[in-house]
Amino acid sequence: MLDNLTIEKTSKLLSEKQVSALEITNNYLKKIKDSNKLNCFITVSDEKAIDAAKQTDKRISNNEKIGLLDGVPLAYKDLFCTDGILTTASSKILSNFIPTYESTVTANCKNQGAVVLGKLNCDEFAMGSTNKTSFYGPVINPWKSIGNDEDLVPGGSSGGSAAAVAADLCVASLGTDTGGSIRQPASFTGLVGLKPTYGRVSRWGTVAFASSLDQAGPISKTVEDAAILLETISGHDNKDSTSSLKENELFYSNLNSSVKNLKIGVPKEYMSDDLPEEIQKFWNEGKKILTENGAELVEISLPSTNTALPAYYIIAPAEASSNLSRYDGVKYGLRVKEKSLIEMYESTRSEGFGDEVKRRIMIGTYVLSSGYYDAYYIKAQKIRSIIKNDFDNVFKNVDAIFTPATPNTAFPINREEIDPVQNYLNDIFTVPANLAGLPAISIPFGLDNSGLPIGMQLITNSFEEQMLLNISKNLQDTINFSNQPIQWWA
Amino acid sequence: MNNNWQTVIGIEIHAQVNSNSKLFSSSSTEFGSAPNTQVSLVDAAMPGMLPVINKFCIEQAVKSGLGLNAKINKISIFDRKNYFYQDLPQGYQISQFKDPIVGEGSIEIDIEGTKKVIGIERLHLEQDAGKSLHDQDPKLTFVDLNRSGIALMEIVSKPDMSSPEEAVAYIRKVRTILRYLDTCDGNMEQGSLRADINISVRKEGDELGTRCEIKNLNSFKHINAAINFEVDRQIKIIEGGEKIKQETRLYDVVADKTRSMRSKEDAHDYRYFPDPDLLPLKLDQDWIDKLKKDLPELPDEKKARFIELYKISEYDAEVLTSDRLTSRYFEDVATNRNAKLAVSWVASELFAILNKLNLSIEKSPVNSKQLGELIDEIESGVISNRAAKEVFEEMCESDKSVKDIINDKGLVQISDTSEIEKFIDQVLIDNPDNVQKYKEGKTKLLGFFIGEVMKATKGKANPGLLNQIVKKKLDN
Repeated sequence: MLDNLTIEKTSKLLSEKQVSALEITNNYLKKIKDSNKLNCFITVSDEKAIDAAKQTDKRISNNEKIGLLDGVPLAYKDLFCTDGILTTASSKILSNFIPTYESTVTANCKNQGAVVLGKLNCDEFAMGSTNKTSFYGPVINPWKSIGNDEDLVPGGSSGGSAAAVAADLCVASLGTDTGGSIRQPASFTGLVGLKPTYGRVSRWGTVAFASSLDQAGPISKTVEDAAILLETISGHDNKDSTSSLKENELFYSNLNSSVKNLKIGVPKEYMSDDLPEEIQKFWNEGKKILTENGAELVEISLPSTNTALPAYYIIAPAEASSNLSRYDGVKYGLRVKEKSLIEMYESTRSEGFGDEVKRRIMIGTYVLSSGYYDAYYIKAQKIRSIIKNDFDNVFKNVDAIFTPATPNTAFPINREEIDPVQNYLNDIFTVPANLAGLPAISIPFGLDNSGLPIGMQLITNSFEEQMLLNISKNLQDTINFSNQPIQWWA
Repeated sequence: MNNNWQTVIGIEIHAQVNSNSKLFSSSSTEFGSAPNTQVSLVDAAMPGMLPVINKFCIEQAVKSGLGLNAKINKISIFDRKNYFYQDLPQGYQISQFKDPIVGEGSIEIDIEGTKKVIGIERLHLEQDAGKSLHDQDPKLTFVDLNRSGIALMEIVSKPDMSSPEEAVAYIRKVRTILRYLDTCDGNMEQGSLRADINISVRKEGDELGTRCEIKNLNSFKHINAAINFEVDRQIKIIEGGEKIKQETRLYDVVADKTRSMRSKEDAHDYRYFPDPDLLPLKLDQDWIDKLKKDLPELPDEKKARFIELYKISEYDAEVLTSDRLTSRYFEDVATNRNAKLAVSWVASELFAILNKLNLSIEKSPVNSKQLGELIDEIESGVISNRAAKEVFEEMCESDKSVKDIINDKGLVQISDTSEIEKFIDQVLIDNPDNVQKYKEGKTKLLGFFIGEVMKATKGKANPGLLNQIVKKKLDN
């Protein structure tokens, strides 16, 4: 009864008093303890979790009405600042940083009575799509290929957030998505991962990677849970100037699964001979389901698709190079003592940052340098508006866009090190939605021949998350994906 | 100074915005608080912190722009200026680079009656950095972030000035305008207003020479001295057959010299780019129009009005309008009174005492109402101008009313003709020789008789009447 809980199920058990919040929390804490092999958690906040669970139980025994998240054990990517809990961004440079404040996103969950089990491993400063760049070591995907014991990547950067939910070490989790960091790991682990419209969710208190692209979002077992979490974390925040003034929406209560008469666009630029056959197969199956359930499929064109990745790998590092300047050893975090200020900066940042972070800081510094700024940064911004324009045009005629979430499935951690640029190709289907600020979701569709999950992506127009969730629910209910990894780690 | 050498000066003024809270956070801006007591999470650049624009600072910048007769840009952009320094917590300063909030404008300066228009290139908003304290520990540098994030306006002039006098007059004028608008307190000692001076020299008719920038000057005396030194230095170099290196220099107050801080080759590449945490700032025309409508009377208008209304000299008007509180004080005193008397009392007597006591006008020991009462007594002939000075001195030291001081000191002027005549008659009797000499044509002795009567009346005789009667009696 205590395993494979969703938010909906947990809430039902609690409000029907079938089980206490403390029992549920303790069960998860035990499971976390037994799953060190997966390396999902950087910090387990067991005391705080037990406290919060007891509070829920008190409310229940007082017959207070409890919300859907009350007493539900969640875990957060270690990019969200949590009051009194170590927050590292998976970097050595923040390996001793305990915030005195709570990010807006996690505060919203806290206010609903959610129980925080701990902080989840991720790529360092959310830079990566394998979770291999973490100072705390790689996260291991709970899924394995059939008949092959090799460890696989969970995807990234929210690798811990995905692996922890897939291994049922928490009911659901929060991640962040700058170029696909929620959707790609969700796809690699058979989960639902949603990136909201830029501005829907406050960025206050979330360690910044690329400010104009970052959005927090849920990774969950079901579309319903994604709706509940999105509803909780979204809303205007006057501490974030880029936060939208849009009214809060009741995504969960308004959830339905109708796709009747919706026009779904399929971009021809995403069709490629390089796409693995099995991903192609599920994509086709999805198109078939949507048509059968009453939607109309339309072939569309997003002509600038092939420019998205290069533009992203200029804009994101540019912003990151500046955002990460504050980690200088002066105020908090790691400081390597040296004789002069410059030497202290050099040693602190050389030791504090890993290779991928350094690589992106260098790229970002280069593209912003005088003499290169126009050729790179300005050009990338122009491409960004062209891409946004492409989507605007398409959304005049269609309600949503349907694509694969990733060009591949989970791959071995020890895969021969490839050129970093090859690694960047993992983001090819996810990056355009970030550049255009659009909401997008990855939903599990099935397993490939080696038994690994494959996800598909839906994108809608800005602030059309309700439609995004409704279409996703239709697909989820039709496909009925219920596979789970075979437990090998405990 | 130096024959046929021409000096070209452009100035960047950094003026701290008069605001209770910082440009992007709600921390206090109070001067002189204990180190690091006015630092929010945003000011300390904690992870995940985001800037939020303080609307009041925007209003202050727009008002300043309007006061400098400048174009207000309805869309402006905040950029990040990236560099590392211990007192710059974010690792970048939020500033405005390509699209400042205020564009071109101009102001008029006045050097001994000669007027000159100085162009303004732009005004932009930016954050101040923190302060490094090097004197707290023999080995370590301490950092105080109280200043970090305070709003500054950088006002950039065109290279329109050609002498230290013009440079000083320009800064003074900008300072006066900002103080009139209440957008900057102009306190140079506390660093609320600082200037970077760009200087180059050339032979008349030549192209602009290579410039050097002298950083961070905060007194008119130093600005004057630094420019003089720098101009001489540059001329000497060129006349010695060498070239000026473009560089940033510092003025060493003790040595009265400028010295090199960094050369152009060492200049930072600041990698400016629009701050993605802030959306472009959009201003509404109606809002700008309303601010414009509500602007107070500015120094130039006020000066013109004073000349016209009070019939005072251009020089006096300039002095009295150089500061908003002074001009208000003067107007309080001058309204419905003799303006000439008001000018003389404010500009000489009052200024002298304020100088002596080193006080600003708002701390004046005599307020405008009291000074007005004193002038009333002069105008109505109750006391003489001379006696009034004695009353004024007393007023500076006590809280007694003007009337009480006059009565206590027995300073009421004798304006009764018959009484004055009695004193005169006595003096004429006591000095027959001089009366004789006067009658023989030595009319200069008139002053002697007046002086004697004044002595006898302890200065209380109405001087006008006295003069009139003595003359009449002697000429008979």
